[in-house]
Amino acid sequence: MSQTNFLARLGKQARERLTGLGLFTRFFFMLLQRSSIVFKRPRLVSQQVHFIGNFSLLIIIVSGLFVGFVLGLQGYYTLNRYGSEEALGLLVALSLTRELGPVITALLFAGRAGTSLTAEIGLMKAGEQLAAMEVMAVDPIRRVFVPRFWGGVIAMPVLAAVFSMVGIIGGWVVGVLLIGIDTGAFWSQMQNGVDVYNDVLNGVIKSIIFGVAVTLIALYEGWQARPTPEGVARATTRTVVTGSLAVLGLDFLLTALMFSN
Amino acid sequence: MLTPPQNSHQPVLRLEGVSLGYGDFTVLREISLEVLPGQVVAMMGGSGSGKTTLLRAATGQLVARQGSITLFGQNLAHADRPLLQSLRQRMGVLFQQGALFTDLNVFENVAFPLREHLSLSAAQLTERVLEKLNAVGLRAAAHLKVSEISGGMARRVALARAVVLEPELVLYDEPFAGLDPISLGITARLIRSLSDRLGCASVVITHDIAESFAIADHVYLVGQGELKAHGTPATLGASTDPYVQQFLHGHADGPVAFDYPVTPAFEAWLARTGTQA
Amino acid sequence: MSNEKTDWWVGLFILLGAIALSFLALRAGNLSSFSFAPTYALSAKFDNIGGLKVRAPVKSAGVVVGRVASISLDEKTFQAVVTVQIEKNYRFPKDSSAKILTSGLLGEQYIGLEAGGDDANLVAGGTLQFTQSAIVLESLISQFLYSSAEKQGTPQGTESAPAPKSPKLSQ
Repeated sequence: MSQTNFLARLGKQARERLTGLGLFTRFFFMLLQRSSIVFKRPRLVSQQVHFIGNFSLLIIIVSGLFVGFVLGLQGYYTLNRYGSEEALGLLVALSLTRELGPVITALLFAGRAGTSLTAEIGLMKAGEQLAAMEVMAVDPIRRVFVPRFWGGVIAMPVLAAVFSMVGIIGGWVVGVLLIGIDTGAFWSQMQNGVDVYNDVLNGVIKSIIFGVAVTLIALYEGWQARPTPEGVARATTRTVVTGSLAVLGLDFLLTALMFSN
Repeated sequence: MLTPPQNSHQPVLRLEGVSLGYGDFTVLREISLEVLPGQVVAMMGGSGSGKTTLLRAATGQLVARQGSITLFGQNLAHADRPLLQSLRQRMGVLFQQGALFTDLNVFENVAFPLREHLSLSAAQLTERVLEKLNAVGLRAAAHLKVSEISGGMARRVALARAVVLEPELVLYDEPFAGLDPISLGITARLIRSLSDRLGCASVVITHDIAESFAIADHVYLVGQGELKAHGTPATLGASTDPYVQQFLHGHADGPVAFDYPVTPAFEAWLARTGTQA
Repeated sequence: MSNEKTDWWVGLFILLGAIALSFLALRAGNLSSFSFAPTYALSAKFDNIGGLKVRAPVKSAGVVVGRVASISLDEKTFQAVVTVQIEKNYRFPKDSSAKILTSGLLGEQYIGLEAGGDDANLVAGGTLQFTQSAIVLESLISQFLYSSAEKQGTPQGTESAPAPKSPKLSQ
């Protein structure tokens, strides 16, 4: 008896997950469909770029700096074993532009901006603000969700680029200033090895895709949140977890696609 | 003014034999009521009696299972989205908690419908907003943030926002709930005076008898999923219906039983707990 | 926050992003070595291009004069066909040779151009006749083993060297 119950529950969960996935996809297309407001009222989008992007700058810059420091240090220890310390600049730059920049930024973004988006929308839902908008004949999707979506998509690549830049500088500080590697070798090996198309551009493409994924998940969880304190708390947790897993999964896919020679 | 010339005897809102519910659960059966232009109508009933459900049906957020809902002469069941949006612009709704937009200040909240639906010059917009804020006595609070005002003030700001487009119908969801006596009096008087000044119909959903009876032209009493009684406040006060009597006089027991009914689930639970104790 | 202030901050944000991207492209990446000078195409055929990649540099006397534009296989001769884009202000004689060289010991591969002595220069669409393929490490080793095994075998005369165990060339 309990076996059939278990299977029934499993089937039910699977069905619920599929329905959720379908709803998620429909939500995405709804956002795209109603995105014309970006051109009619660009101020809404730029306000969101400010709230999402500028408010994340501090954590991104500080994290980037420290990641750069660590890369410089760890990279030096490893390269030193093979007598290739001069390639430190190349190591730091490639690690950051290809992987660490987009990925770590996306994870931090999910935690900082993603949760604040989810919580904000969940609370708006709880306070009947979205219903009030609907009754005032204002489409909440257009007015609230679309600007936040594009704000996130625009902010993410900028944040990732800043992270990479700050990280490279951090690696330079540790490698050249503290350890004493030749600064010329640091930059020239980097410039010879980092390809604008293969490395920098691919990193930017990754960060754009991560931006879409994380912002979409954050907005979806807010949209679906139960309008109670526990509901909002659960939704923000789901944003971080689902968003982070999505970033890591997408990163694997994209890396395989982009960097397999 | 936005309102086209209207036959003053055609109801602004009319429900005929409407049944409403969520999922398998039916909240209200066979409700019929109508609201005439300029009227103040009170919708009363106990908690959970379906008053908010009625409001959502009137705004087109909930579809009737049976019967027809006619808003400004249009049957809502046949209204497509653009029509629904244009109808909604002719009505205002005051939500129970105010539902102010927390990321905007008081002025911007009231200006919101104007910005979304009309293209007014900055001067015209400011004038309109301040005028409505003045009507609710909060003109000098226009610069405050939503977090800086009290609950009663928030509700008044929400009222200003609900009427800023000068609608023909305003719905109030429990406007008297949780207010101190002064605010109660202010709110009741505001509802009446706005209704008279703007010539709009008002539907007040509440269970506060004293205030609503003071300002309403017509009262509908809902309970146990159906319309129990309706009439002028005087008629209702004189009614001998036991439900009406229990409601109006606040008797603990009557048609609405005091004791929660015993169910098989309870008996099963009791048996289990009894043996474990 | 007022609208102008928000716009200002957003502008600053986007500017920061642009700076970061330019930094990455120019200082970290190799965009600065891209010249936007006009180029002309030349082609060359190689038996083996080794690890040569598109956008690898073409150098003459160590100076970058162009980049590899495309790599394909000629299905009749089964040789690799490499097209390079050379900057227009560099002209090479018709008998110049192209070699695939490695920068450093295990570094990236590039094409080295050595000027010939012909009076006439190569024009757009021309072909470099003299090419030298990349040095494949395995064939180098097997060559060395074979020749050393041969040297061992000759003094004995009849006793031929054990069959040269040339490792299967992985082409």
